[in-house]
This record gives sequence, C-alpha cells and structure tokens, in this order.
Amino acid sequence: MTGEGLRMTVGAQERVVRPGPFKRLFTRPEFGSLVGAVVVFAFFTWRAEKFLTVRAAANVLDPSSTLGIMAVAVALLMISGEFDLSAGAMVGATGTMFAMLTVHAGWNIWLAMAVTLAFAILIGLFNGFVVIRTRLPSFIVTLGTLFMVFGANVGITRAVTNRIIVSGVDDVAGFDLPAKVFASSPYGQFRISILWWIGITAAATWVLLRTRFGNWIFASGGDPGAARSVGVPVDRTKAMLFVYVSMSAWLVGMMNTFRLGSAAVSTGRGQEFEYIIAAVIGGTLLTGGYGSAIGAAVGALIFGMVRQGIVLSRWDADWFFLFLGAMLLSAALLNQYVRKVAREARR
Amino acid sequence: MSRAGPLVEVEGVSKRFGSLTALDGVSAAFHAGEVSCVLGDNGAGKSTLIKILAGVHAPDEGTYRLDGEPVRFDSPRDALARGIATVYQDLAIVPLMSVWRNFFLGNEPTTGTGPFQRLDVTSAKRTAREEMAKMGIAVRDLDQPMGTMSGGERQSLAIARAVYYGARVLILDEPTAALGVKQAGNVLRHIVMAKRRGLAVILITHNPNHAYPVGDHFIILRRGRTDGDYRKEELPLGELMRSMAGGEDLEVLVEELEREAKETSDELLEETAQEIQEEIEGLRRIAPGEPG
Repeated sequence: MTGEGLRMTVGAQERVVRPGPFKRLFTRPEFGSLVGAVVVFAFFTWRAEKFLTVRAAANVLDPSSTLGIMAVAVALLMISGEFDLSAGAMVGATGTMFAMLTVHAGWNIWLAMAVTLAFAILIGLFNGFVVIRTRLPSFIVTLGTLFMVFGANVGITRAVTNRIIVSGVDDVAGFDLPAKVFASSPYGQFRISILWWIGITAAATWVLLRTRFGNWIFASGGDPGAARSVGVPVDRTKAMLFVYVSMSAWLVGMMNTFRLGSAAVSTGRGQEFEYIIAAVIGGTLLTGGYGSAIGAAVGALIFGMVRQGIVLSRWDADWFFLFLGAMLLSAALLNQYVRKVAREARR
Repeated sequence: MSRAGPLVEVEGVSKRFGSLTALDGVSAAFHAGEVSCVLGDNGAGKSTLIKILAGVHAPDEGTYRLDGEPVRFDSPRDALARGIATVYQDLAIVPLMSVWRNFFLGNEPTTGTGPFQRLDVTSAKRTAREEMAKMGIAVRDLDQPMGTMSGGERQSLAIARAVYYGARVLILDEPTAALGVKQAGNVLRHIVMAKRRGLAVILITHNPNHAYPVGDHFIILRRGRTDGDYRKEELPLGELMRSMAGGEDLEVLVEELEREAKETSDELLEETAQEIQEEIEGLRRIAPGEPG
C-alpha cells in the first residue's frame, strides 16, 4: 500500500479517492446490526402473521427502548475500554430504593428521586475509582459491585418490607407527573420510553462523533497509553462513563417503577449481559476503541423483535436464548469480517 | 557559515542508574534548521541522551540549556510545552481512529459554546490535510483508520503533528528502524522538510545509511562518552564508509525516491534524491572501492 500512498501528488485533491456512499456505510461499525435487523424483521414478518401490526410494533419497541437506553450507555463505556456488570443490578436497586424511600420512609417523591440518583452517581464513581486506582479489570470490579448491590438490595428490602417487592408507589403523593415523564403512553400503545431511547441514542451519537469527549472515549479504549501521552484525560473519561451507565440504570429503574407502581429486587438481574450483547451486536468491540451508539440501539431493537417474534410465532419462549446466542455469535463474526474487508478495501 | 547560538545544548551531562553509568560527561549542541544525528551502538547511551533532552530523565550532573538559558524539565510534558517534541518508536497513535482524529487527538479544535461545543470537523480535516501536505504527505482519505496505514505513514503523521503544534526541536528515536527502504526514504524526506521549516531535528539511529544523507552534524557515542562530534564536511569518511558496507541500501533508496519523484512530479522529492545521489558520488570519489 505504500507505493499507492506515495503516488499521490501533494495537494492534488482531485485525485484523492473518496469512498462511495456504500463503502462509507459498509465501514461503519453499526453496519452489521442494520443488516441483522433487516434479516430478523423479514424473517418474523414471514413466520408470524401478526408481526406486521401496530400492536406488535409497540410490543417490540417497548422492551427495546429500556434495553436500548442501557445498551447505548454500556456501549460508550465499552468503547472507552471498560465493562460495567453492575448495571443490571443497579436498575433493580434504584427502583426498590426509590420505592422504599417514598412508600416506607414517606419522603417527598422528587427528593426520593434525587437521592436515588445521587446514590447511582456514587456507585458509578465507586466503580470508576476502584478500576482506575487499582488497575484491576473492570470486569472483576463491577462483578463485585453487582453482587454487593444485589445483596444489599435484597437484604435491605426484606428487612424493611419483609418481602422482595415494594408496592404502593402509585399511591404516593405527586406520582402522576413523574409517571407522565417516565412511563406514559403518549402515542396510542407506544410508550414514552421509546422517545427517551431515540433521544439518548441521538445525543450519544453526537457526543461520540462530534465532541472532544467523544474523541477521548475512542482514544481511551483504542490505546490508553498513546491517548495519555497526547494529553487525553483517560481516567476522567472512563470515570464519567461509569457514572453515565449508573445514571442510565437509575433512569430505567424509574421507568420500570413508575410503569408498574412497584419495584421488585429481581428487576434487571441478569440483564447486564443483554446490554453487553446488544452493544456487541451493534458493532462495539469487546476490547474497546471501536463501536457506535446507533449500533447498540439497533442491537436492542433486534432483541425486542426476536422476543416478540418468538411469541407471535407461537414458539416456546425458551427458544429465545438459542436465538440470542446465535445472534451474538453471528454478529461478532460479521463485525470481524466487515472490519477486515473495510481495512483491506481502503488500502 | 555564521550561525546563531545553539537552540538546545547539553554540557557535561551524566546519568547513572545504580552502579551503571549510562552517560558520562557528554556535551553536545543542536542548532535550528539542522539535522543532528546521534549515532552509536546499543548501550552507547543514545537513548539516555534523548531521554534527558525529552525531559524523561533529569541529568545527575551537567547542564541543559534551551535558548542559552539553563532549564530543568520534570516531565516530557514540560519539555513539550517549551517546544521540544519527541516522536518515539511506539508513537502516540490510536490505530482504530481515523487520520484526522489522530492528528488532533488531545488538542481537538471546537466550535460553538456551552453544551453545543462541538468538534470543528471541517476545519480539523482541512488543517490536517494542509499540514500534512506541507510536510509532503498526501493522505487519500482522512477518515481512514490509522491502523490501515504503513509504519512510515504513521511516523510521518507523528512528525507532521509535532511540527504543527509548534515544536522547535524534534527528537526522533530510530524513526527508520523496522521500515522498508522506500518507507525509510519517505520518513527521511519528512525529516528534511522539518529541518527546512527551521526546526532543530535530532535523529537517533544506528543506521549510518539513513543518517548520512540527511544529517548536518554527527555525534557518535560510545560507552556513554562522546566518541566524535563532527560537522558533515569534517566527517572521517573512511570510518563511515566502513560501516556503510558499500552503500547498496542507499542506491536503492535513491532509485526509489527518483521513481516516486518522476511519478508524482514532486520537486522536493527529486531534490532530495539528487542530494543523496551527490553525497554517494562524493563518498565514492574520496573512498573508492570497498573499504575495510
């Protein structure tokens, strides 16, 4: 490739080869997930007769939206080179904490929300601080946080309420306004969380591709040593993303609680891997430095389609996990192939 | 030739690591608009010297002067802030990021204020293209990931970036090691460009074939001491020729540079090629045949 590189004349921009629009799309990290979404959509449209209805669409988008909000946050953190396995447990913990503060402690609903958010930020800072200070893999650190948060959640909730579910949030004074913000259905059967999902994906994409902070996210995961040597605040970038993931968990925790009027300790449990899988389907590299927010959102959409598609095809829900694993594997393989082709095509 | 005082100067610097004396009373002066080559075998003290110059180590003894003023750097960032940039072998490049993003990494230009502050992508791309063009580097696609570029192109980007950020002294640690002849030629060309833009270039290499054509000033280190400090015209050619093993590499280099120059009608490239050709012929006249 050197020969070709050198053959270019300095300043002769008319000879600069600009890849066509297709190649541009092809080399985007989310390309694989877009193809996957089209294939899954076509498959279930063919298999399940009611898949192409407004009702089915609402049922697909509802779980996709909350998963997508988390997947986008997890994708950004993964691009910066870190994992957060505590994200799922945090969705449950913020929900029960908020519910107990309002129902059992009788706190003002807004104050309870603010304090719960502060707790989420604190956990995010804790994750970031431990990972940065100890240089332990974030996989291990946040696995520890996962069990600590979940254990404390179950223990405290049971001690306070004698149950593992906190109900009665919908009777708390001032429930209606935040319920509108987090859990209403402003457009027929479509939930407001879909708007949050789209808005967050758009904002995250903008931050990633068009801000200095976004540049630092890619650099922190791509080569932290190189990034540091040119003055990128790698540690601060990562810490902020841990906080962002925790804050997203709080947001989804609020959405779930306001939707159901109650909070269960088991909410979000085991979903941390779904977030990571959605991000990987969306083209985010497990090793960091590469990925996209749109891809993670599309990954979440694929999840929602498969889950609803299986129901509408009248298959047993157990098959969902087979699909899940197969999709993850093919996404990883496709992404690897796309990256390889993209690299060679541009030489 | 009358010249201003040296831009960077070390006098009697020593550095010890435990019982090992890595550098023992070395003095050297580096001038703006010149390429100074630091030559020597492994363990001669080359890397210790550049680490002192780059601010990685402080010397145990001796003085370090910048613009004639004694300075003491606590970190490479200090040195960088004073215009002393070092391009290491492992560079500071993120392979998965695009060319323009790498060029501006850590110093991204922005537009807008407050929450709407964003990357000024248009100007960043334009500046990256222009700055690289000034160094004689043509990039086909600024969105191309750095990882798809050759080692030589990465070196070139690192040099262009250092020059753009106002480096007055450019320290290059073995920039041509692990590069093919053609790529090495290209990197040498950028070194000449940096020199012509008035930088003091300090080139560390163990390959005299690469040092000779671009160097104006040669410092040879041996076992932590200065073993020779020559202007190009004073260089003991027999000595150099012996290590140059007939200069076959050089001829290939010249051929490559000339071929590229013809294809691209790049005047600077042609000039460089001719200069090197003349140097080789000069060498042949003085020391004909196969010495040593």
